[in-house]
Amino acid sequence: MATREVEINNYSLNFGPQHPAAHGVLRMILELDGEVIERVDSHIGLLHRGTEKLIEYKTYLQAVPYFDRLDYVAPINQEHAFALAVERLLGCEVPPRGQYIRVLFSEIGRILGHLLNLGTHAMDVGAMTPILWAFEEREVLMCFYERVSGARMHAAYIRPGGVHLDLPAGLTDDILTWCERFPQVLDDIATLLIDNRIFKQRNVDIGVATAEEALAWGFSGPMLRASGVAWDLRKAQPYDVYDKMDFDIPIGKNGDCYDRFLLRLEEVRQSLRIIRQSIEEMPDGEVTTLDPRISPPRRAEMKRSMEALINHFKLYTEGYHVPEGEVYAAVEAPKGEFGVYLVSDGSNKPYRCKIRAPSFAHLQAMDFLSRGHMLADAPAILGSLDVVFGEVDR
Amino acid sequence: MDETLKELAGHIEASLDPRIERVEIVRDELVVTVPAHEIVPVMTFLRDNRLCLFRCLIDICGVDYPERTRRFEVVYHLLSLVHNLRVRVKVETDEQTPVPSIVDVFPAAGWFERETWDMYGVMFSDHPDLRRILTDYGFKGFPLRKDFPLTGYVEVRYSEEEKRVVYEPVKLTQDFRKFDFMSPWEGAKYVLDDDVEPEAGEGD
Repeated sequence: MATREVEINNYSLNFGPQHPAAHGVLRMILELDGEVIERVDSHIGLLHRGTEKLIEYKTYLQAVPYFDRLDYVAPINQEHAFALAVERLLGCEVPPRGQYIRVLFSEIGRILGHLLNLGTHAMDVGAMTPILWAFEEREVLMCFYERVSGARMHAAYIRPGGVHLDLPAGLTDDILTWCERFPQVLDDIATLLIDNRIFKQRNVDIGVATAEEALAWGFSGPMLRASGVAWDLRKAQPYDVYDKMDFDIPIGKNGDCYDRFLLRLEEVRQSLRIIRQSIEEMPDGEVTTLDPRISPPRRAEMKRSMEALINHFKLYTEGYHVPEGEVYAAVEAPKGEFGVYLVSDGSNKPYRCKIRAPSFAHLQAMDFLSRGHMLADAPAILGSLDVVFGEVDR
Repeated sequence: MDETLKELAGHIEASLDPRIERVEIVRDELVVTVPAHEIVPVMTFLRDNRLCLFRCLIDICGVDYPERTRRFEVVYHLLSLVHNLRVRVKVETDEQTPVPSIVDVFPAAGWFERETWDMYGVMFSDHPDLRRILTDYGFKGFPLRKDFPLTGYVEVRYSEEEKRVVYEPVKLTQDFRKFDFMSPWEGAKYVLDDDVEPEAGEGD
């Protein structure tokens, strides 16, 4: 029997924007050779809201809530970067208690972000249970958010000058109780996945980035550390009271999806250490700067003093004027280096506010990470990149 | 920190002298201003030189200053993990003059340059794939320019008659309110000739 020649053409496959593993509104055009990915063309911007443009038309205080809506799974970390940038321009100091509260809630934000990723990454490769457990704990953490700021997600809690309000009574005790209970959940998730044969087959040696490649592609955060680069802004360029905190930076060896997963798992444990420590060492005192040009007067004072009332009115209508200049401030957000490049022209509104989102750089590498992998590996790689479209599209 | 930054500034200035416009330290941040056509060799130097080793491209973005003759600034942020330092590189350009792309130096520049093109209309020469990235398919204009209105020009809705999404000119019942916060005691620069304007407008 004569062999028939079968011609197989490359074909392109549309992935998303309505695909459950697309983590939101990612649309990818995958060029396939059979089942092997030849090229990935990511189409982003479906969630573009023009945040940077909007911020140019808002006062510095009004700009804060926009940062909650970037990486909306860990909102407070973004506000932190903006607050640091504004404070550097204003030259204002945050009282120690305010700094401890910021660190405390940044770490809660990190756990929120990592829990979501650990769960969704596992679900992308077929494990249903971890995401349910992770979301249960996320719910508890968002309650902490709510108790401190009044909002479960869009907190607008860290503001230039400090944090909005002091912690309510009993919150730190509840957080400590949760810290005691939570490692058990983490262990449960770990035992389900770490030695799971299917999970390993889907993740080990998938989407490998060497340290060189990770740097060249602008990786930061867990993506960079999974490739074996010991770099964490909390250690290297500490902000607020991170230099007083005692924690370790886990790093990976192979830079594959599996390493990234394990690394995030370990980072959650390290965050718990920081949370405990920041609660134990938290001093008493003010939570926001007392400079009346930046922070509003107290409610009680406003009821009695005309000047305080005027001050409050001026701060919430006109806002404060920020000295001319430009500054780049970055924090170690759960996903990597989240930076704010702020240009001020001396008025009460930012002249330019560029938001450097870690996911943007990571998603760009999707093309080079997926080349030569099978189609079924794409969701695993995407899951391990930990992208959130709020901040990719801005 | 401050001393090392000064040393590095001196080193960069000495090694790249004719190629760069100026090196300054502002608010503890190193800022290097470069003419557009020199950006690729300067970036290569900053990446490879033993004292710099800025191996990680953090960000590229545009800034619009409409009153300048070369209205756009392209701002690059680099990070050196070895020396734990950051540097900001600035390039000035206008609507016509393209900036050489640094994709060959930092592959990560690809999307950042696309974003700058999309938002400001700054062109990058030799970019392998300079398409729009964040805006809608078929979008016109450059939204982050200062002369682009906050509301944009078109809005979309799903048309039940045509069974598709249609684009229409923006119709807002209320204009965007922009308040003037200048204090009259600090000497307002504007003269109140608002009274004259409506009459001139009526003639149209």
